Amino acid sequence: MSSVESKSNPKGSGVRRFAESAGIRRKFRQEAMVKWLLAGATGMMLVPLILIIAYLVFKALPILSVGFLLDNPVKGMREGGVWAPFVGTMYLIVISLAIAAPIGVLAAVYLNEYAREGWFTRIINLAVINLAGVPSIVHALFGLGAFVLFAGLGRSVLAASLTLAIMTLPVIIASTKEALASVPMSFRQACWNVGATRWQTIRHIVLPNSISGILTGIILQVSRAAGETAPIMFTGAVFFKKVQQGDMFPYGLLDQCMALSMHLFTISTQVPGVPMELPYGTAVVLLATVLLVNICSIVLRVYLRSRKKW
Amino acid sequence: MVKQNPKIEISDLKVRYDDVHAINGISFDILENEIFGIIGPAQSGKTTLLKVINRTIDFSPEARVTGRVKVDGKDVMRVGNVYALRRKIGMVSPLPVGLPLSIYDNVAFAPRMAGIRERSQLDELVEKCLHQAALWDEVKDRLHSLGTKLSGGQQQRLTIARALSHEPEILCLDEFSIAIDPVTTMKIEDVLKQLRSKMTVILVTNLVQQARRLADRTAFMMNGELVEVGSNDVIFSDNPANRKTYEYVNGIFG
Ligand SMILES: Nc1ncnc2c1ncn2[C@@H]1O[C@H](COP(=O)(O)OP(=O)(O)O)[C@@H](O)[C@H]1O
Ligand SMILES: [Mg+2]
Repeated sequence: MSSVESKSNPKGSGVRRFAESAGIRRKFRQEAMVKWLLAGATGMMLVPLILIIAYLVFKALPILSVGFLLDNPVKGMREGGVWAPFVGTMYLIVISLAIAAPIGVLAAVYLNEYAREGWFTRIINLAVINLAGVPSIVHALFGLGAFVLFAGLGRSVLAASLTLAIMTLPVIIASTKEALASVPMSFRQACWNVGATRWQTIRHIVLPNSISGILTGIILQVSRAAGETAPIMFTGAVFFKKVQQGDMFPYGLLDQCMALSMHLFTISTQVPGVPMELPYGTAVVLLATVLLVNICSIVLRVYLRSRKKW
Repeated sequence: MVKQNPKIEISDLKVRYDDVHAINGISFDILENEIFGIIGPAQSGKTTLLKVINRTIDFSPEARVTGRVKVDGKDVMRVGNVYALRRKIGMVSPLPVGLPLSIYDNVAFAPRMAGIRERSQLDELVEKCLHQAALWDEVKDRLHSLGTKLSGGQQQRLTIARALSHEPEILCLDEFSIAIDPVTTMKIEDVLKQLRSKMTVILVTNLVQQARRLADRTAFMMNGELVEVGSNDVIFSDNPANRKTYEYVNGIFG
């Protein structure tokens, strides 16, 4: 740039080039500073994450084994493993997402692909955004009122799953809408121009090209469904429930269940005399479940991205 | 030239987007198997007119259409099966759009959506359309690679092949050359010459000379009004009916 300037403007080049190169030097310095700042922030984020995991694993080390996962809690939850709460958490994740994911995706497709811009869609969009920000304890009270009492489901796996589904639904709608909106409008127009219906366009072009974003949004809700205690505490999770050793499907839909998050809360605050490594072990299992799901989602996303077609 | 029947009849068409008046009452006929040029500065309602003709104006819910556009004597705003109407009309938009599918699937998309499943029939159709769009020789060895990975000029010809794939009777091109190189433009112009008298072609163009080279008749639109429509001998002569036409065609304004 400066060389072009000095060629085209040889007269004043001395002064101007000096001024310019000082400016350029400052820009380089700025660029380097910004880069380090951003990298630093990224590092700061990694440090606590690694520390948390390392600390938990270190504390839990004496108890971690396959047996810890597969055994039930015994002796007033002061010994044994986490099988019953682990399976309970799996139940809650699978059932709540089996309810929330299809409804959420269908609603998002409607809102993004069919609904006209108007007061009705504006209200729905506003509701979605606000519901996504409602604290989980509020969802818990709603679930208690609506599912446990009004619908007469009692405290049960089903009531707790429905509550979790209500909690995750708005976020799934929002993330799915975003994924759909990332597919260029010109693709849709090209399809309409050749006489494809809206649904054909969605089915053959829009969904295949937004599926990675949609799945990522759904899978991220797994960690919320697994981690929240409040919504399930009032609606279906219990402190303790005796299940058969090694039973893969110990709970019926209308049974109460144990759950990892609840179990962690119980043994770390409600039961005296629990050995310290037990809650840490439970935390590690909870964390590993969530991490495993997230890693799966990353792998899936990388795979689907690699097939991205534009 | 023999007397031709009108393929599209436009009478007193008005289109309004909320409070933007895009088209303010235009009337003219487009004849069967002619190349009909439409020229005019940006924002004069040319794209809107094409959207009314193939009813994709439906996707702009704020648009209000009054007046009449008839294709083969039928009012497009009242046709029962809009998908059949759209298949009767091939549409090529200004920017090339390769669908995120293979080259083959790009061209086979419309026939498949219309229910054609038979492989041999699709093969034949794909080859024919790619030939017609002057793209076959460049892509015949990689029909199953992605359409979106082609160059811009190739993608525009792919778009034309797709527009031809549902065997339309009318082909609309909306400023097809604004994003492609001159060589491809000339190739596509040759394609249009081949299609002349096989189908009705509506050529909306920002290049006045392109309409002069290719069209039989040309309309000049400005600010949603029809300034003049007539045979190219008149429109591009030294004394068209309207002074503004002369000025626009000769680059005095616009
Ligand atoms: N979807 C739309 N919503 C609102 N206004 C529009 C829309 N599409 C086009 N217009 C307006 O209609 C007028 C005509 O546009 P258009 O038909 O695209 O003209 P051209 O193709 O001749 O450039 C312009 O003023 C444009 O801003
Ligand atoms: Mg236009």
